[in-house]
Amino acid sequence: MTASTPAPTDDPVPGLVGFTVVLRNAGLAITTDRVAAFLAALDALDVTSRTQTYWAGRLTLCSDPDDLPRYDRAFEDWFTPPPGGRTDITDHRKPPPPTLAALTPDNTDGESDDDGQEPQIRARASGAEVLRNRDLAELTPAEREHLRTLLALLQPELPRRRSRRMRPSRHGGTDARATLRATLHNQGELRELRRRDHSRRPRKIVLLVDVSGSMEPYADALLRFAHVVVRRSPGAVEVFTLGTRLTRVTRELQMRDAERALAATGKAIPDWSGGTRLGEVLQAFVDRWGQRGAARRAVVVVFSDGWERGGTELLSQQMARLRRLAHRLVWVNPHAGKEGYAPVQGGIVAALPYLDDLLAGHSLATLQQLLEVVRNA
Amino acid sequence: MTDRPNATGSPTELAAALRTTGYLADDGIATAAFLAVQMNRPLFCEGEPGTGKTALAHALAQVFGAELIRLQCHEGIDAAQALYDWDFPRQLLHLRALEAAASATGETLDADAVEASLYDPRFLLARPILRALQTTPSVLLIDEIDRADDEFEAFLLEVLTEHAVTIPEIGEVRAKVPPVVVLTSNRTREVHDALKRRCLYIWLDHPDLQREIEILHSRLPGLPERLAAQVAGAVQQLRRADLLKPPGVAETIDWARALQLVGARHLDVDSAAATLGAVLKYREDADRVRKQLDTLLAS
Repeated sequence: MTASTPAPTDDPVPGLVGFTVVLRNAGLAITTDRVAAFLAALDALDVTSRTQTYWAGRLTLCSDPDDLPRYDRAFEDWFTPPPGGRTDITDHRKPPPPTLAALTPDNTDGESDDDGQEPQIRARASGAEVLRNRDLAELTPAEREHLRTLLALLQPELPRRRSRRMRPSRHGGTDARATLRATLHNQGELRELRRRDHSRRPRKIVLLVDVSGSMEPYADALLRFAHVVVRRSPGAVEVFTLGTRLTRVTRELQMRDAERALAATGKAIPDWSGGTRLGEVLQAFVDRWGQRGAARRAVVVVFSDGWERGGTELLSQQMARLRRLAHRLVWVNPHAGKEGYAPVQGGIVAALPYLDDLLAGHSLATLQQLLEVVRNA
Repeated sequence: MTDRPNATGSPTELAAALRTTGYLADDGIATAAFLAVQMNRPLFCEGEPGTGKTALAHALAQVFGAELIRLQCHEGIDAAQALYDWDFPRQLLHLRALEAAASATGETLDADAVEASLYDPRFLLARPILRALQTTPSVLLIDEIDRADDEFEAFLLEVLTEHAVTIPEIGEVRAKVPPVVVLTSNRTREVHDALKRRCLYIWLDHPDLQREIEILHSRLPGLPERLAAQVAGAVQQLRRADLLKPPGVAETIDWARALQLVGARHLDVDSAAATLGAVLKYREDADRVRKQLDTLLAS
């Protein structure tokens, strides 16, 4: 691709590498070896052909169906407009949502100016024990800050299941292969039986967090909670948000730092505090993820208040499907912990027959109860 | 690679060669397969079930006259099932035989010599991956990698980049000609990026109407023109109908074959209802479609 071919323009390599930089900025995981593979692919193909260039890039630089639309747009922008390499690719995702601390009804301003400090002082006085039982929606900013540290300190114990993989063990069936190998060491003399047993693996957990308007006061805390669970067992936990559409936020929540993970999650959610279409969104989850394996034998936890605008028939169908796939199906409703609560919202009524547990999730204490249910699943 | 069989001068030529085996590749698939061969890179196919991921490997094997070696992944699969294993019972018998011979003649056994004879390649059981490295030419199909647990992916890294396996007792086994490697995934879990990075990535979609009709004709010679068009058209509609399991190409072919077997000349409500089980695999789906069969077939 160098001296032997009289290039129509100059050296194409800088332009091609520039394209990969644009892709990286658009959010694709472009590594140096991928760029090298891209150039090697073009070497085997025809650089001057638009389709071949397109496919060389798509095959080497993408690694996820979600990458494809972004790749198409970047390709269009980079290779179509006048040469010079300018692009107007911008991050079209919505800006991160305002942090919830600022959104909660600000009691300090609401009352009067002179006793503005009072709630904060009260918060400092209240111990962790009181905070554990406070409703997450009614926290003051200072309490919220305190709650974050308490959440970060949670060390949830997650459920495990028997794996197909066998490990040497003192119990269990005989391991013929290991026994024979030991026999070989002893000059063909059989001295002891080696045994093996199934190893234990973390059971899959799926958290579905409703981020619609009615759940807004709880969404931040619930996503933080999800972050703690994800960090505890990164490979085994999947997190999705439910709103007007389904968004997978597992990758964002795998970041170690809670603040950065939450900011990235906020960016990834396009329908933050909008409406809910629980039935449709659950269907999208079961179709695209659940049925293929994410929900199979998993503990599935739905965090939602069950406000469903449309009919609930679709929702109950999807819950039935989920029930058949999941190992245990848990619904967490922040309102369930309040006095006088009865499960009468359309969504809850539709889902109730298929649930293993209906729990409250409005306070740290109830979230800890949830962890216990999940662990014993 | 120059010592690879012919038919691979360009993606178009490869597509034509694939066509002779009955696999109709579009631009993307042909380019992907072409690059996989040229760059010696594994091809990572992801897509809906039934979009021809596995069939691609079969077709490639046919084009290159290579042996197709298939490794079906499942949970708990480990190196002993995928790479190689020692044939312990035979080793044990061999050891006993040596002992018996030695005691008969009154010699003492030389420990090193015995050990060397025990870990001889003839006691090695080659599992699919090792077999693919030893067979030339070969196409290695690692099917449904997402079903294996993630630790298993690490075993594959050496094989996929170096085309070699290291066996402690013998040394490195390296392929003379690297096999063409095709990995498939149904995306039930995210495969590790370290593995994807070493591969060419292709996302396979359902074919469009025209290509699906062509596929039917190439797979079922003798299928009436009209029936093929009707079946393909109906399946395209079913895919848009928001079913629990939209039918894949394999289901389309099954359905057409079923209709052929029951002697249908064209697709009508009766023959469709009778053979619906070939294309829809969920009771809920079948119930829904059965109610709307006439509108489905009318359009």
